[in-house]
Amino acid sequence: MDITVNILLTIATAATPLLIAAIGELVVERSGVLNLGVEGMMIMGAVGGFGAGYLTGSPWIGLLAAIVMGALFSLLFAVMTLSLATNQVATGLSLTLLGLGLSGMIGTSFVGQPGVRLPNLDIPGLSSIPVLGKLLFGQDPVFYISIALTAAVMWFLFKTRTGLTLRSIGDSHTSAHALGIKVIRYRYLAVIFGGACAGLAGGHLSLVYTPQWVENMSAGRGWIALALVVFASWRPWRVLAGAYIFGAVWIGQLHAQAFGIPVPSQMLSSLPYLATVVVLVLISRNKRLTMMNTPASLGQPFVPDR
Amino acid sequence: MSADHDGANLLEVRGLTKIFGTLTACDHVDLNIAKGEIHALLGENGAGKSTLVKMLFGSLEPNSGEIFWNGQPVRITSPGVAKKLGIGMVFQHFSLFEALTAAENIALSLDDGSPISSIAAKARALSYSYGLPLDPESLVGDLSVGERQRIEIIRCLLQTPQLIILDEPTSVLTPQEADKLFETLERLRAEGKSILYISHRLEEVKRICDRATVLRHGKVVGHCNPREETAASLARMMVGSEVLAVVRAPVEGIETAQPLLEIRGLNRKPATPFSIPLKNISLNVRAGEVIGIAGVAGNGQGEFFESVSGEVLQQDAASVRIRGKDAGGLTITGRRLLGAAFVPEERLGHGAAPRMKLSENLLLSRHATDGKAFVGAGGMVKSGAVYAASQRIIEAMDVRKSAPDPEAAALSGGNLQKFIVGRELDRRPSVMVVNQPTWGVDAGAAAHIRQALIELSRSGSAVLVISQDLDELFEISDVIAVMHNGELSKPMPIAEATFEKVGLLMGGAEPGHAEHTLETA
Repeated sequence: MDITVNILLTIATAATPLLIAAIGELVVERSGVLNLGVEGMMIMGAVGGFGAGYLTGSPWIGLLAAIVMGALFSLLFAVMTLSLATNQVATGLSLTLLGLGLSGMIGTSFVGQPGVRLPNLDIPGLSSIPVLGKLLFGQDPVFYISIALTAAVMWFLFKTRTGLTLRSIGDSHTSAHALGIKVIRYRYLAVIFGGACAGLAGGHLSLVYTPQWVENMSAGRGWIALALVVFASWRPWRVLAGAYIFGAVWIGQLHAQAFGIPVPSQMLSSLPYLATVVVLVLISRNKRLTMMNTPASLGQPFVPDR
Repeated sequence: MSADHDGANLLEVRGLTKIFGTLTACDHVDLNIAKGEIHALLGENGAGKSTLVKMLFGSLEPNSGEIFWNGQPVRITSPGVAKKLGIGMVFQHFSLFEALTAAENIALSLDDGSPISSIAAKARALSYSYGLPLDPESLVGDLSVGERQRIEIIRCLLQTPQLIILDEPTSVLTPQEADKLFETLERLRAEGKSILYISHRLEEVKRICDRATVLRHGKVVGHCNPREETAASLARMMVGSEVLAVVRAPVEGIETAQPLLEIRGLNRKPATPFSIPLKNISLNVRAGEVIGIAGVAGNGQGEFFESVSGEVLQQDAASVRIRGKDAGGLTITGRRLLGAAFVPEERLGHGAAPRMKLSENLLLSRHATDGKAFVGAGGMVKSGAVYAASQRIIEAMDVRKSAPDPEAAALSGGNLQKFIVGRELDRRPSVMVVNQPTWGVDAGAAAHIRQALIELSRSGSAVLVISQDLDELFEISDVIAVMHNGELSKPMPIAEATFEKVGLLMGGAEPGHAEHTLETA
């Protein structure tokens, strides 16, 4: 029983940063902006979070710093692509490259230093209930944030007028502009929200997952988050499903490798990617629904004619 | 003319000017709109009509000039400001969101926070009271163009505007749908609302408008009462000179002529959830005739053109035959080599590469068919020959340009279209397929292009023209067929065709008799 609970807990820990970064990017893409810099914003969040936590000794200040770091870094992307109308793909890629390099430089003195870890939730009585207690009331705070965030984004996008406006901008920025909607302002806010989420996801890595600083510690998670958004056809609950499938197969194959299953380890390592893609493609079979949810103006620069 | 003398002016515009780079799109434009009138804004494409209304709706900011609303000077800095004043707009290229429902589209332009369900109820009630029935739950992507326009109109009316701007509202409607729209407009006028009606269709303007302001090259050239004018006198005001009348001589012995383009049972599955499938289309175009395909936009014309031109290949090679050879499996180049020529709807990016010179655009489309003339030993381009050929086309089609060999994007729409059509005509193709030959082209250039297409057919080629412009089709076609919802009606000789008959077919009155099409060949 304990083993099962522990496995489930590790799955949640592995899925949480993917979920947070992907939910942030989902909002960005719903507004019609393609930010390929998730990996860069995530690693900046990780180094900022670790640094602030290490210097102040408070993991909470670290988490806040991670969010601010991601948001600030995404602001760079927003200024370039929204105000200066640069190519979003090229700008996003360079944001990732810059983030990876810059975080390595900032983090030189942090390598090998002991970090601080966010404490797990501990509610007397509840957290000690067998099995369920640990799963529901004994995880790290960021896990709860990630679930709440998914629900909030779902509600925001599909139940509020502001969410409708955001989706309409993603569908056609020229139509939105013609109606007098402030396209650029909405997109700025969406990009910054995405950056804050990526930063938070990075903070989870360096303050919860492995509370230390290692160069390139995001290890491609930003890219997985990006892929999740597309394969989940821009629907929040599917992103959640995708993140957890990925996390589950990831942890599963690690255990399988430890057991020494006679399958090449490279094959096992590729399993999470394969399983996630297959499952999400199967969910997204309905072509019509996918078309409806795909932001039609995704990646196109918008320059209002004035 | 000014507010000092006439207190009933709802909107008064004085000296409004908008400059884009070196182009003065609107040059000291004056315009007065009284309460409760339908005011026409006339002008050719590029005369500055759209620029003017965009400034009135706050999408563009004027460089100079004044706007008075109910006698008070106002600055309309954004569409939000325009809406607050009471100005509503129905756009020519609809500002709708395809992936959202009608109700959501309407909600987006209303600033109050009322829930979608109550907006849907209001929209439904209003739409039925004006006789424009609308299902608020339907997805815009699934709706016809006429239904989309209803959403725009209902959305505009829900804002209870005093002035409604309609930009070319009937260009996408069948004649019957247009009649319905005119009834609505007359009812709005009776309610005391003012309407600014932008159109280049003179008969309509004469029918429903009380006053007209005519623009040419960004300047107001006259105010008039359209009911006292003739269509010809209005056209003269718009164009500034007489427009050439297109001449179409009757064809002799067409019954025995060879079909050069045969389409047999053409089917195509929809490429995207919102696109139209083609259903069993059959049509023969014979040497010496022009066949026109009418239809409301978005009924499969684009898909049909792609299938005929070879942008999309067919499974069944015999479904498209050019000069007696199966061409369904051939690419555009393969079909061109059989003697066909194609002019797509979209000029920039489809018919021509915008940032390339005219001579380079000529080479791009004709390097395969005119390989000997344009490409020499070792694949070297004979740029002299290409340049000479492009100059020949420019002269033949009277293309006006600012440089000897300008970039395609530097030409005006009409002049670029003349070049693109001329580029294909220059080959003397035996089959010519044109989609929207004069869309957005000024009257002079349009007459030139139409005459050239008729002459090509009379010299023994088969010409197929797809167009939304019924006037155009009646001017140039020997036979008219109507496309509706991916099906093609039975072709009818022009002598039997009337606007009413074609209009009913455009609305889907008689679906698909394509299988019984002309078997005379």
